[in-house]
Amino acid sequence: MLVLSGIAVIILGFILRLNAMLVVACAALVTGLAAGLDIIATIERLGAAVRDSRFIAVVWLILPMIGLLERAGLQEQAARLITGLKRVTAGRVLFAYFLLRQGTAALGLTSLGGHVQMVRPLVAPMTEAAAERQLPLDPALRYKLRAHAAAVDNVALFFGEDIFIAIGSILLMLSFLLNYGIVLTPVSLGLHAIPTAIAALLVHGMRLQMLDRRLSRLTRIGA
Amino acid sequence: MIRLEHLYLLTGAMFAAFAISHLRETDNPVRWRSASFWGLYAVILMAGSVLPDLANGLIVLALVALAVSGLRPSVAHTTSKQGREESARRLGPWLFAPALLVPILTIAATLSLREGKLGGWQLIQPGQVTLIALGIAAVLGFAAALLMSRPPARAMIGEGRRLADSVGWAMLLPQMLAALGGLFAFAGVGEAVAPLITGFIPINGAWSAVIIYCVGMAVFTAIMGNAFAAFPIMTAAIGLPLVIQRFGGDPAAVCAIGMLSGFCGTLTTPMAANYNIVPAAVLELPDRNQVIKTQLPTAFALLAINILLMRFLAFL
Repeated sequence: MLVLSGIAVIILGFILRLNAMLVVACAALVTGLAAGLDIIATIERLGAAVRDSRFIAVVWLILPMIGLLERAGLQEQAARLITGLKRVTAGRVLFAYFLLRQGTAALGLTSLGGHVQMVRPLVAPMTEAAAERQLPLDPALRYKLRAHAAAVDNVALFFGEDIFIAIGSILLMLSFLLNYGIVLTPVSLGLHAIPTAIAALLVHGMRLQMLDRRLSRLTRIGA
Repeated sequence: MIRLEHLYLLTGAMFAAFAISHLRETDNPVRWRSASFWGLYAVILMAGSVLPDLANGLIVLALVALAVSGLRPSVAHTTSKQGREESARRLGPWLFAPALLVPILTIAATLSLREGKLGGWQLIQPGQVTLIALGIAAVLGFAAALLMSRPPARAMIGEGRRLADSVGWAMLLPQMLAALGGLFAFAGVGEAVAPLITGFIPINGAWSAVIIYCVGMAVFTAIMGNAFAAFPIMTAAIGLPLVIQRFGGDPAAVCAIGMLSGFCGTLTTPMAANYNIVPAAVLELPDRNQVIKTQLPTAFALLAINILLMRFLAFL
């Protein structure tokens, strides 16, 4: 039971709204100590694990390019593109990105998208521009639209990628089942991801339609 | 051959440049905080493989201390809104070209350089083609953006630093959580939690087994921050012995939908920092949990749908 103290630290830390880095570091140290390591061995494990997960950092190499393009007006150009299109709403922009993201993820093209690469420079400014044609945006509404843009990227990716048979999670399931003597084909796992993918499209599509309705209502109140 | 290690050197060099850029902000009395944070992160990236584990660990603790004390970077110089509007009118759709070049090059390399071989020659470390291609594409995209927009020299580093500052220490959080996941696995946290779930809730039919497996996957993923960590534990505790073996569920349907139930949990948790907390920072949202709050209705609806789908598709 002692090994669960790390989870207690995390729950407590989030309830007290402490700095997330501090909470996670404390949870890691507590878990290591609870598992019977001494403090030096725990710090060593922490350092080795952060070093071994450096592959996560490679995506930040894109920052200088995005920064230069933003300086040259990338977000403004994305907004201009949307302002030129009639009948485009915030919800429709997001739904179009959902279709693109889920469709390409289902084909295994999960690197087409992402919060740093696509959402901040393109999808979020396009969504804001589409809404701005309807009504002036206060900061709260602007943040809400941005959060929706990030959510679309996540939902479309999670419930699209598992259709592709060579993705990490499918390989994990196959090797796990093989340990218990159950042999499956990747295709059978991919096929069973399709109903949930369709459900995600319908559920999230409906929520985006509701977002559009709320924006229209705000427009009427404002007018 | 290009290896991941080379990209760590490059990424580290970038953060080192951000650190030096901070040191030059002489009118900011706490410039050393941002400079040390990005500088120490650069050390782990560039020298992590040769440093002893203890040194890496102490650097991590120093990074945590800096994050807790607050980085307080100076505001980086950039163009005015009006200047950007003019530049956008001048460059037009060409502005999209470098940004689109990155995913297109990444995908092209992934599809064409299988196992990293080009004409029989090992160009890229096998198994890491996509990540390495992404890094190289980002460098090429940066070159294209430079040629196109011809910025002043200080913008070459300054603009990237501006974005890194806006994300701040949240940039390190995904790696910290990966480390925590490793310690959880080492300590056997999962094996300790699973009997808590199975021990207190009676499972007496296919319905209850399916519900507990799916909800367990979601809750467990929310705690661990990662469906991949939750899957082997929950499936070994409930999915395999109960849903599949005792009640006769189809293994493909049970596992596939079980994993997707875990993904519903990923949408709800700050522990999945890469998907939920980092984007809030990247989009400069004052509420770091706003992306999670936006995702909650979809996550709960899809979890309920997954339970129904598993109950019917696995027991046809």
